[in-house]
Order: sequence, then structure tokens, then C-alpha cells
Amino acid sequence: MSDSVWETVIGLEVHVQLATESKIFSGSATAFGASPNSQASAVDLAMPGMLPVLNEKAVRYAAMFGLAIDAEIGKRSVFDRKNYFYPDLPKGYQISQFDHPIVGRGHVQIQLADGSSREIGVTRAHLEEDAGKSLHEDFHGMSGIDLNRAGTPLLEIVSEPEMRSAEEAVAYLKTIHSIVTYLGISDGNMAEGSMRCDVNISLRPHGTTEFGTRTEIKNVNSFRFVEKAIQIETERQMDILEDGGSVVQETRLYDADRNETRAMRSKEMANDYRYFPEPDLLPVEIDDSYIEALREALPELPDAKRERFESQYGLGSYDAGVLSSERDIADYFEAAAAGGDAKAAANWVQVEVLGALNKTDLAMSECPVPATELAALIERINDSSISGKIAKQVFEILWNEGGSVDGIIEARGFKQVSDSGALETMVEEVIAANPEQVQQYLAADEGKRKKLTGFFVGQIMKASKGQANPKLVNDILAAKLDASS
Amino acid sequence: MSVDQAEIEKIAQLARIRVAPTDIAELTERITGILDMVDQMQAVDTSGVEPLANPLNASQRLREDRVTESDRRAEFQAVAPVTESDLYLVPKVID
Repeated sequence: MSDSVWETVIGLEVHVQLATESKIFSGSATAFGASPNSQASAVDLAMPGMLPVLNEKAVRYAAMFGLAIDAEIGKRSVFDRKNYFYPDLPKGYQISQFDHPIVGRGHVQIQLADGSSREIGVTRAHLEEDAGKSLHEDFHGMSGIDLNRAGTPLLEIVSEPEMRSAEEAVAYLKTIHSIVTYLGISDGNMAEGSMRCDVNISLRPHGTTEFGTRTEIKNVNSFRFVEKAIQIETERQMDILEDGGSVVQETRLYDADRNETRAMRSKEMANDYRYFPEPDLLPVEIDDSYIEALREALPELPDAKRERFESQYGLGSYDAGVLSSERDIADYFEAAAAGGDAKAAANWVQVEVLGALNKTDLAMSECPVPATELAALIERINDSSISGKIAKQVFEILWNEGGSVDGIIEARGFKQVSDSGALETMVEEVIAANPEQVQQYLAADEGKRKKLTGFFVGQIMKASKGQANPKLVNDILAAKLDASS
Repeated sequence: MSVDQAEIEKIAQLARIRVAPTDIAELTERITGILDMVDQMQAVDTSGVEPLANPLNASQRLREDRVTESDRRAEFQAVAPVTESDLYLVPKVID
């Protein structure tokens, strides 16, 4: 009953790590998994006298995102200092952007499971630097600090509080993920922290317009956790409100092991970040020609691709959505569809390829079967060289052992028997071996005959180990059976 | 505008600056003085004046995205108070 009383209001802050080679303000490498502090330079460590120098690619990537969400690009954006103390932030402030972000208001379109779509507003997106990592394992009662991540460029994307359910929030996050990976501005690897999410959530009675008190759940790092964290936090707030209590505005953590959110400690005093303009950096100015050049070079984005898949290949919106959800999947599908049968390619990619990737926990880019081989396989089904059933065997061999479709068909003797002489012999043998069924067939009416035909075809396919050309078998069988009447 | 002693204590804690209780009264008075000066500046009519982000009338030069730094961990850690397993160690913090 509660669901009908309360409306959930959700806004997300998504931190996307930009895929640059070097850091946002220094020439240190940003590679993931390097040994601790081996990628932390004097600038990243805040040694005295060090000055930041802004990475052009970080600016370009941020502007590309802005164009992709149809946002105003800040032609003059300003960096500010956000002051707070934590050992993994050596300067004592994070360089961020406050009131002149590089990306202004934009919007994205999210797709929901029921086939509908909704527009969600993006308030802004700004550039900032990441902090290092604190390790709280036991170092004799001390904490260990790894500053490799300090200074890694982040784009913080702030949504309007326009999502109304966990499903919408996850759909929004997936849309952002898909946009940044299509643009190639981030690897989008959530497990490695390339995309992290803060969830703002509040409840209000349906039909009211005023927002309730919100809580912020920090650092949720997978689609599934976003969904679960929102569900559990919604229930928590609902319980409080229905007991007549009030929600406390605070920062909470989602504990996946216990599936609960809990308040972060030592936050009893509200942070005051004392933002002020970063004196070590000048305002960043971008001109129209720079923006237009970026716009020209933007790749086809997921929405456009989905629509094109529908019109160009005649796919349904669900199939087009799955196949355009990731750039690698879309490229693979199109390479396979280039063989001429897009619908078959769409089926094979979704069922066999994505199924096998899922089972083996591989990414599309690691797929052992090249799209060109999948196209060749579909062609061999269509020209009746092999049956669909044999094709699945060939696919498995391609997956596990590699090789070429034609090579495998040849080497394993998979080629469909289309030699009518050989098939006739097979059909005659099966008819001779099943006189009873032949009698039943001859006595039967049209409907029953169909069923019995199925029996004979099955026997013939079995005798040919699945390699008889089913269409030819049907023709020969019909002729032989009719002749025996 | 004025600040009270409680506010000074809060700011000191946020800034992680230890202020002796005996200094608080004087600090409160001096910061109030600074804020009075700010009030005086705020009173100036600045409508039509672009906020200044930087006193230099120039825009930021950008750096090419290239790794130019090599690993100098050994040098940096030689001057750090405590290190272990390539990490800098600090008094325990958990948030």
C-alpha cells in the first residue's frame, strides 16, 4: 500500500573517469593497477611550488560529452578549490569547478523495460581531479595511502532529481555508461572504479510538489548495487515517515554484504568546502570553431544507432536496443550483418554470441569468434550447406578451437547431403524399415499425414546424422510416399 | 557582520588548526574586523562588473595529453616520515 502513497525522487551524481593517458594537471600516467605511488609525481603529491597544467584531452572529452547530451558548452569555464582535509588529498583541496562548469544543462533519453522512454535532465557536468586511495588494513594502527589515482581526470555528471524509481535510475546510469563508452571518453569499467555513482534520494506524498528531506548514498559502483541501494533506502525512509518520524539529511553508505545503508560516521558537522577560484589556473576558453570541429567528429550515438538498426535492418525495437547498447556489440553485429542476412545476424549475436560471452564472462572485445566467421556461418545455413543444428556445432568449435567455418565443415564432413541420389536411397531405406507407419500415413487424412511426415523426416535426419538437406528430404519423401499408395 | 566564538571553533576544526582557548577571544575580534572590511567592499555597486576569476587577463594554456613523468617514488618516499609496502603511512583515518 505504501508504494501508492509515496513517490520516490532520485537524482544521481555520476563520476566518470576520463580515458586520458596522463593526469588532468600533471604528466603522470593514469594506468590502472600500477604498483602503489609509482604514478604519483611532485604535482600529485602537492610538493611545494608545484603548479597544475591542464590536460587538453580532458577538456575535449568533457566538451564531447556536453555535445552528446545536447548541452550548452561553457566557452569560459573556471576551476575552483574545494577545501577539505583527508590524507589521500595531499593539497588539502580538490581542484574542481563550481559556478562555471564546462558543461551546462542538457538531457538524455532513457529506455525502460516496458518499451517506453523518458527524458531526464542533466543539470551540469564539470571537470575535477580524483583523490588517492586510503587503505585501512592493519599497518600497525596506521592507514596506507596510494596516490596513483590522485589527479586522475573525472567528469562529474549531475542529473536533475527527475527519476522516480530504481529502474529509472539504473536506466539513466546505463544510458550515461553507453554514451561515454560510445564517445570513447571513458572505458566505463565500473569494477575498476571508472564509473562511480552518488545517489540522492527522498520521498514525498504522491501529488505533492515539494521535495522531502534527502539522503545521499555515496560511491555505489555497480548497476545492481544502485538498484538495491535505492530499494533498501526507499524502504528505510518509508518506515521512518510512516512511523511519523522525519528523515535526517545525511550521507550514507551502501553495504552490499548486508544489503543495508548506514550513516557515515564523523559527519555530524556539515562540511563547509569554502570554494574559491583556483588562483593557479586561468579561466579555460573554448571557441566556436573548436566546438564545431568536435561536433563534426562525434561518432553515431546509441539513440541514433538504435533507430538506424530498426530502419536499416528491419529489427524490432528490443533487438535494436540490445544490439546498440554497447559500441563493441553494435560494431560486431554490423560486421556480421554485412554478410547479407541482418535478421539472422541479430539472432545469432543475441542468442549464441552474447550467451556464450555471458557464460564465459568475456567482454565483446574478447570474443573468440570473429564477426566475419559468423557471417560466413550464416551464409552456409542460407545456401543449405549446413542445417541450423549443425551450425550451432560449428559455432561451438569456432568458439573453442578457432578455425574457419568452411574449414570446419570440410574437415568434419558436416556438409549437408544435397545429392538427391544419396538422399533417395536414404528415404527408401527409412520407408522400407517402417512399413507400419507407411500404412498409417496412407490411411491418414491431411492433418495426420503432416505429423507422420515429421516422423519420417526425423528418422532420415537421424540416419544422416543431421546432415541431410531437410528441404530436399521433404520433397523426395512426399514423392516416394505418394508413389507407394 | 560578526562571528561568535563557537563559529571560530568550528572553522578551526574544519581547517584542522589547533587554536588555544586563550586565543579565541582575540581571533574572534580580529576576524570580525576583517569581515567588517568585507562588508565595506560588498557595499560597492558592482552591477555590470564581470566577476574576476583571475587577475591576469589571459586564458589557460593547455597541455598535450602525454605521460612525461617517470617513477620517482624512491626519492619521494625517502623524505616521507613513514612508508611501508610502497604506501605512505598516516595516522589511522576511517570515515
